[in-house]
Amino acid sequence: MSETARRRRAIVGLTAPAYLWLLLTIFLPLAAMLCFSVLTVAPIGGREPALTLKHYAAFLEKDFYRDLTWRSVRLGLDVTFWCVVVGYPAAFALARHVRGCWREALFLLIVLPFWSNGLVRVFSWTIVLRDGGLLDRAVHWVVPGAGALDIIYSYPATVIGLVHSFVPYMILTCYLSLQAIDDSLIEAARSLGASAARTFLRVVLPLSLPGLVAGAVLIFVPVVGSFMEPRILGGTQGIMLGTVIEDQFTTVFNWPLGAALSFILLAIVLAVMLAALPVLRGRLAGAEGASS
Amino acid sequence: MVDKGFWGSRRAFGAAFVAGTALLALAGTAHAEGTIRVLNWQGYGTDEAWAVELFEQKTGIKVEHDYFNSEQEMLTKLRTSPGTYDVVLINSSFTGDAAAEGLIQPIDTSKIGNWGALTPAYRDNAMLNIDGKVMGVAWLWGVTSFAYNTEKLGAPGSIGALWDPANAGRVGWRDDAVEAVQLAALATGQNMNDPADMNVIREKLRALKGQIATFWSSEDEWNKLMSSGAFDLATYWSGSASRSKTAFGLPVEFVIPPEGAIGWLDGLSIAAGAPNPDGAHAFIDFMDSAEFYVKWDTEVGAPASANAEAMAALPEGAFNRVVLGDPAVGERLQFMAPIPEERRQAYLELWQETKTYFAE
Repeated sequence: MSETARRRRAIVGLTAPAYLWLLLTIFLPLAAMLCFSVLTVAPIGGREPALTLKHYAAFLEKDFYRDLTWRSVRLGLDVTFWCVVVGYPAAFALARHVRGCWREALFLLIVLPFWSNGLVRVFSWTIVLRDGGLLDRAVHWVVPGAGALDIIYSYPATVIGLVHSFVPYMILTCYLSLQAIDDSLIEAARSLGASAARTFLRVVLPLSLPGLVAGAVLIFVPVVGSFMEPRILGGTQGIMLGTVIEDQFTTVFNWPLGAALSFILLAIVLAVMLAALPVLRGRLAGAEGASS
Repeated sequence: MVDKGFWGSRRAFGAAFVAGTALLALAGTAHAEGTIRVLNWQGYGTDEAWAVELFEQKTGIKVEHDYFNSEQEMLTKLRTSPGTYDVVLINSSFTGDAAAEGLIQPIDTSKIGNWGALTPAYRDNAMLNIDGKVMGVAWLWGVTSFAYNTEKLGAPGSIGALWDPANAGRVGWRDDAVEAVQLAALATGQNMNDPADMNVIREKLRALKGQIATFWSSEDEWNKLMSSGAFDLATYWSGSASRSKTAFGLPVEFVIPPEGAIGWLDGLSIAAGAPNPDGAHAFIDFMDSAEFYVKWDTEVGAPASANAEAMAALPEGAFNRVVLGDPAVGERLQFMAPIPEERRQAYLELWQETKTYFAE
């Protein structure tokens, strides 16, 4: 057996389990949902389905689906933005300024939310944010005359809950990019007379961009489809495309419409990513150029 | 509630027979062993720890639970896991759907010792008796209307209180399309099971913008929101209101306004392919017993029982006896009828559109 054939075999053997796993857990359920989305009724319980595109047409016919799509995309953008604002500086501090066991301890604190159940995290926010809750009391303790802090059951409450859930992704991906930056590059910039701000903008930020982008993608995609957090924290502002999709499965037996809306959401997410791609590609290429 | 008379007369002939077989049924239950799996809303009677313990003492049958958060979830669980559940709680407006899909099996009423004690109007209800077969045993009935915080509001005299600008931002509303449409139908003087003018309902629901403080979805959530003052009046279920008062000590009072309220009837059914049908019959009989119900209502709080003897055994002054037992109240109720799938879908779309309008 030639060397190349053996190599090829090894590659197939080593990657096959992963691809099989992807096929079983991602591709097949997605394919089943794609089938459901073009049927009149879900073929469960002896129902006779027929082919149709009416569920996709429904999305275009009803104005409120468009409003909901915009609400969901805006939620995704807002949450991603705040994750960058909160997560990037934290990752920067961890990677560049914290050393030794402190770094590990801080890391543990960042990853800790991942270990608790998502529902518990969201409900704990209802305790913090409600009138007379922890935050309300803290504010009144500092500023006794402050008015009622009316945050719970609103759009900001949903954003706060989601940022808390997803910010670890941003910190982890940015941290990986930032700690890989060679200190000598920064020293070189400083010795050539660049200010700290200029060094950050021209050297550190471009080099950490891949982490920033990875974090943003990891956060934006699930947040656009989120339904639990808006439902629990959003109150009357909690309706999103995600909650409407959930309704099709839980309150009416309309899996086809739910599936069609899911695929429309998927298409929108892909479209947003594609739109962002040229910008990112330019920047990323620039970053690679700078590091080489 | 159609065909009541027909079923009533037919059942009357059978009553003596049923009473005679009650003894036999009791003897039968003593032999039913093993475990049964119950599918129900969480905290809705069947999973009371003392009741499960008492039932196991009596019959040797262990009771396990699984829960659902919506009727569709319940139907989906029955559809996708046949042979898993024994007893399932089904709102009578869904019993017909479940029976038509073959998700539940006919009840052998000779194994239900309390059959003869059930109020005929509920026991023989056409929604539970399908094609001459008993597909669900009437268990509980109650009212969906609203309750208010007695420390913060005076007694509301009308369903209009939910729309009253004085209560803007203080109303709690269950995030449920059918309930929303039915309450709006009552508020606009329409037949809630067949509203004549959906545009009026649409406008009425849109008028809730600014009124609703937040949505609630479970009894537990309702209690938390009411006690924290997130809302001061909110749509609610009669049984839950009595639990909030009795078990949680909340200062709330349930209102059945002159415009009417939504009446509903819950039945217990046996899943098709139930692993332990004898145990299921025994458990349903136990759930319909005065022994279980009186303790449940007085110590925890419950909707009204379909068992007339159990209702009569309630203490004087109990809400379920005084208010729901009042014939004048009974006349104000419109009982929930089955809703065809297309109409359910239309209600959901209307409600989603309305909620999108609320969020603008």
